[in-house]
Amino acid sequence: MSAVMNGNAGPIEFQARQARRVSEFKWQDTVFHRVTLLFALIVLAALAGILIALAVEARPAFGQFGMAFLWSSVWNAPEENFGALSAIYGTVVTSFIALVIAVPVSFGIALFLTETCPAWMRRPLGTAIELLAGVPSIIYGIWGLFVFAPLFAKHVQPHLQAVLGGVPGIGRWFAGPPIGVGILTAGLVLSLMVIPFVASVMRDVFETVPPQLKESAYGIGCTTWEVVTCVVLPYTRVGVIGGIMLGLGRALGETMAVTFVIGNANRIVGSLFAPGTSIASTLANEFGEASPGLYISALFALGLILFVITFIVLAISRWLIRRGNAKRGTQ
Amino acid sequence: MSDLPQTVDENILAVRDLSFYYGDFRGLSNVSLDIAKSKVTAFIGPSGCGKSTLLRTFNRMYDLYPGQRAEGQVLFHGRNLLDRKQDVNLVRAKIGMVFQKPTPFPMSIYENIAFGVRLYERLSKSEMDLRVEWALRKAALWEETRNKLQQSGLSLSGGQQQRLCIARTIAVKPEIVLLDEPTSALDPLSTAKIEELINELKSDYTIAIVTHNMQQAARISDYTAFMYVGELIEFGRTNEVFVKPRCQQTEDYITGRFG
Repeated sequence: MSAVMNGNAGPIEFQARQARRVSEFKWQDTVFHRVTLLFALIVLAALAGILIALAVEARPAFGQFGMAFLWSSVWNAPEENFGALSAIYGTVVTSFIALVIAVPVSFGIALFLTETCPAWMRRPLGTAIELLAGVPSIIYGIWGLFVFAPLFAKHVQPHLQAVLGGVPGIGRWFAGPPIGVGILTAGLVLSLMVIPFVASVMRDVFETVPPQLKESAYGIGCTTWEVVTCVVLPYTRVGVIGGIMLGLGRALGETMAVTFVIGNANRIVGSLFAPGTSIASTLANEFGEASPGLYISALFALGLILFVITFIVLAISRWLIRRGNAKRGTQ
Repeated sequence: MSDLPQTVDENILAVRDLSFYYGDFRGLSNVSLDIAKSKVTAFIGPSGCGKSTLLRTFNRMYDLYPGQRAEGQVLFHGRNLLDRKQDVNLVRAKIGMVFQKPTPFPMSIYENIAFGVRLYERLSKSEMDLRVEWALRKAALWEETRNKLQQSGLSLSGGQQQRLCIARTIAVKPEIVLLDEPTSALDPLSTAKIEELINELKSDYTIAIVTHNMQQAARISDYTAFMYVGELIEFGRTNEVFVKPRCQQTEDYITGRFG
C-alpha cells in the first residue's frame, strides 16, 4: 500500500523532499567538518602554548647567561650560576647507549616474530612485548635502583673494567669506582624500556612486506637472513627508521626511571660508570626545591632545550626518510 | 599407478603420488606426472584446482608456511626434493620461480640481478657486468635498460618488471623455471613479449607454467596438464589434449563450458 502511495506522491513533492534531505546533509557535513577541525586545532594550540610558555619562562635564564647556557657545565644553585651542558650530555649519552643496545635486540625480536617464530608462540610473545611497553616507568626505576644496579656493580662492572679499562681510547669510559648507578646503568635501563616500542613497530612494518616479494627472494635461493637484510629491510626502511626515532624520542624524555638510576650528579665525567644527570631527571629532582627567579627559569630553559632536541630528532628522521625515498626513485 | 601418463622426451622432474595439505584441507591428491626436459609444461584448470600448489611443491615454497605439508615424491636427478634433509636453498637456486605479480626487489635494476648471482657465485666486477647483461639480453630487456641499470627496479613498467624478474631468475642459471601465472597482471603487448621469451628460453631451461589463459597454454606449451579439485585429470602432449582430449571434463573446460 505504502509503495503505491509513494509511487503516487507526485514527482514535485518527491523532489522537494529530496532537496530538503540534501540541504540537511550539507548542514551536517559542515558541522562535522568544523568540529573535527576544532579538535585538530586543539593539538596545534597546545603545542604552541607549551612552546610559548617554555620560552617566556626561560627568558630570564637566557638573558642572564646568554647562549653560553648551552655549553656551560656549571650548576651552582646557591650562587645562581647555571649551565645546561651536563644535563644535555647525560640525556644524549644515555639515549645513545639505549639505542645502541635496543636497535639490534629489537631487530632480532622483530625478525624472530615475523620470520622464524613457530605459529603457536607468535601471539603470546607479541603480547608479552606489548605488555612490557605498558609497564609504568617508575617500576623500571625502582627495579633498576634496588635490583639491577647492585647486581651490575657487583658482577658486571668489575669485569667490564678489567677487560675494557685498559683499552686505549675507550678505556676511560670504564674508569672509576663501580657503584652501580650512573650513566651506563641509566642507558641500560632505558634500552630495556625502549626495546618493546622499537620491536613492536619493527614487527608491524616487517609484516607489511608482500609475501610474494619475500617468496621471490626465497625463490632464488636466499636464506632467511639474506631475505631480511636485502629485501625486507630496504623495503621497510622508512618504518624501521620511524620506529627507532620513536624509541629515541622516548629515551630522550624518559624521567622517572632515569632519575632513579643515573645518580643525579650535575657534572660531566668521562667515565660511563660515573653518576650524571639528564635534562628530565634534573627537572624532576629540582623543581620542588627551586627558588623562584633565576633557578626556576634555568629549569624552564632546560625544558625548552629538551623540546628543541626532540624536535630536531624528529626533523632529522623526516629528512632521512625523504632523502631515502628520493634516492630510490619511485615508491 | 598403472596408467601413468608418459612423455616421450627425457624427463627432468618426476612427481609420484604427491598429496598436499593446508592444515587439514587436502589441496592435492595423488598427483603423478613427469616434466620433460627443455620443454614447456602448462598447468591449466579452474581457480583453486591446485595447479599453483603443485608448482609450489617443486621448489618447496610451502616450507615457509607452518601447517602446509606435502606427501609423496618429487624426484629431481634421482633425489626426492620433499626429503627433509634436502637443502631448500639449493633446490630454489636450481628451480627458479616467477610470480603472478612482478616483484622486483627494492634495489637497482643491476642489483636485482646481481643479488641472486652473488648468493652462489663469486664473480669479479667485469664478470658480473657480463652476467647481468647476459640475463637482461635473455629476458629481452637489455635494450630498454642498458642506460639506466642503476635506477630502481621499481621505476620500470609492469611488463618490464616482470621481464626483470625472469632475468633475475635465469641469472642464477637454474635448470627449471617455474612461472606462476606470469602474464595475468600484464597488458596484451607485454604478454606477447613474455610468451616469445618463454619460447626462446625453453632451449636452455625446462619451463613449468601455470596459466588461466587457455590460448596461452595452447600457444606456448609442449605438454599440458589439466587439473580439477586437487587431482590431475589429464596430461599429455598439448596438441593432443587440446585437439582430442580423452576426458569429458577436459573438453568441457577447454571449450569454456565450465571453469
